[in-house]
Amino acid sequence: MVDVAIVGVGLHPFGRYEGKSALEMGADAVRDALADAGAQWRDVGCAYAGSMEVTNPEAVVGLLGLTGIPARAVLNGCATGNTSLTMAAKAVESGEHDLAIAIGLDKHPRGAFAADPSVSGLPGWYGDAGLFLTTHFFGMKATRYLHDHGLTTATLAKVAAKNFRNGAANPKAWRRKAISEEEILNSPVLNHPLTQYMYCAPNEGAAAVLLCRADQAHKYTDKPVYLRGSQLRSRRLGAFELLSPSLPLETAPSPTVDASRAAYEQAGIGPEDVDIAQLQDTDAGSEVIHMAENGFCKDGEQESLLAQGQTEIGGKLPINTDGGLIANGEPVGASGLRQVYEIVTQLRGRAGDRQVPGGPKVGYTHLYGAPGTAAVAILST
Amino acid sequence: MAKRIPLAPGLFTWPAAEPALLGGRCGSCGHVAFPYREHCLACGKAEVAQVELPRRGRLWTFTTQRFRPPSPPYAGADTPETFVPFSVGYVELPGACRVEARLTEPDPDKLAIGQEMELTILPFGSTPEGDETVVFAFQPV
Repeated sequence: MVDVAIVGVGLHPFGRYEGKSALEMGADAVRDALADAGAQWRDVGCAYAGSMEVTNPEAVVGLLGLTGIPARAVLNGCATGNTSLTMAAKAVESGEHDLAIAIGLDKHPRGAFAADPSVSGLPGWYGDAGLFLTTHFFGMKATRYLHDHGLTTATLAKVAAKNFRNGAANPKAWRRKAISEEEILNSPVLNHPLTQYMYCAPNEGAAAVLLCRADQAHKYTDKPVYLRGSQLRSRRLGAFELLSPSLPLETAPSPTVDASRAAYEQAGIGPEDVDIAQLQDTDAGSEVIHMAENGFCKDGEQESLLAQGQTEIGGKLPINTDGGLIANGEPVGASGLRQVYEIVTQLRGRAGDRQVPGGPKVGYTHLYGAPGTAAVAILST
Repeated sequence: MAKRIPLAPGLFTWPAAEPALLGGRCGSCGHVAFPYREHCLACGKAEVAQVELPRRGRLWTFTTQRFRPPSPPYAGADTPETFVPFSVGYVELPGACRVEARLTEPDPDKLAIGQEMELTILPFGSTPEGDETVVFAFQPV
């Protein structure tokens, strides 16, 4: 097994692009990643492309050059970006290819995700009855978590305000305006206790990550970032998860806890070693809960950590330094690779106005989504 | 005359003076789930018996639905103009499981984790044949 280095990252900023296809955005992100590494498309040995809306995202090779490489499509809901990253890394790790690329691209219609319950293995009546909404879960999980651990909605507003503020400092973010905690709390309640400005929104965009054998990384960059661990887990029976018509009385930890522990073990790195984290912030409550589920604090400690500004850029553990999903939106296939883009940019010290001080060395990315899938990647210099 | 029928067959006893949700209890491992399914999600065996679930339980968590859900799949007879906000929650049914359901109380300030809830059946929509459909929900006791 060979070590794997990330030698190039590319981003087509997330937003709304009328008249531009997801594949075109994906091709731009790949060109950006190749340019970052000084590599050529013809050097790439294999590709994994993820998308929710595009059935054949690997068709992006038709816009980049028909070199005959194995190009495959992947889809794991909100965790898709981690699957393409892991699959590309395994292709390098096994020695099959020297250079592999993970690509994510998507273009969602406006508004909350709407689909037929059968895509998640659920009965039709569940959708008929108005229960097939992922947003219900986020509201219900936040209600229970705030109740159990004595947290307030003011803390949720703090998280959203931080992410909008970080987005304002990120030239590639979608939402670039700081929003006050008061305005966030006073925006319409979408799903109690979550308000409109506490939620991310689906949008469009693409990202790409170029991976290389660690012993050849110097050919492409003087600042390689190494992939130390990458793990995905699906839900166990008893976990409180999205889109569950019933739950057993006996509970189990979320798949985030499982994926996180596995990734720490694989990396030989613990939460105390992490300098910067990107955590799935589908909504502000999710970020708060994911801080504990990923081992960065105990349940209930978030209120004081946030009051002390510890998750701000400049804090002890900066979280969602590029604005996260709240300021960037979520093109599902690309979202996880945007997280990797941000971690690599920060670890290389190239994040400009939002640069985490002190030379961060260890970065952490986390994804969570339907139907109860979580994924974690740990990177270091 | 139009009939009143459950939104889907096998969800709850109907017609009944005191309707109950129909879940499944595994004869091998005892795992309880709603709705009924042939294979047990805990042990995988096909020894699941249909059982009536308790009609009362305690609210485990909740949230609100302020706007009409995207349709399809939502199939209520209401329109964006006539939509009445509702809540959604999990009700913990003793000795059984936690069931996700619509809650009749739309105001989150009038709901609290731990409060007692009771099953109720509400008018919902209609079928292409002109029958009226009914859906299960929980109401504060």
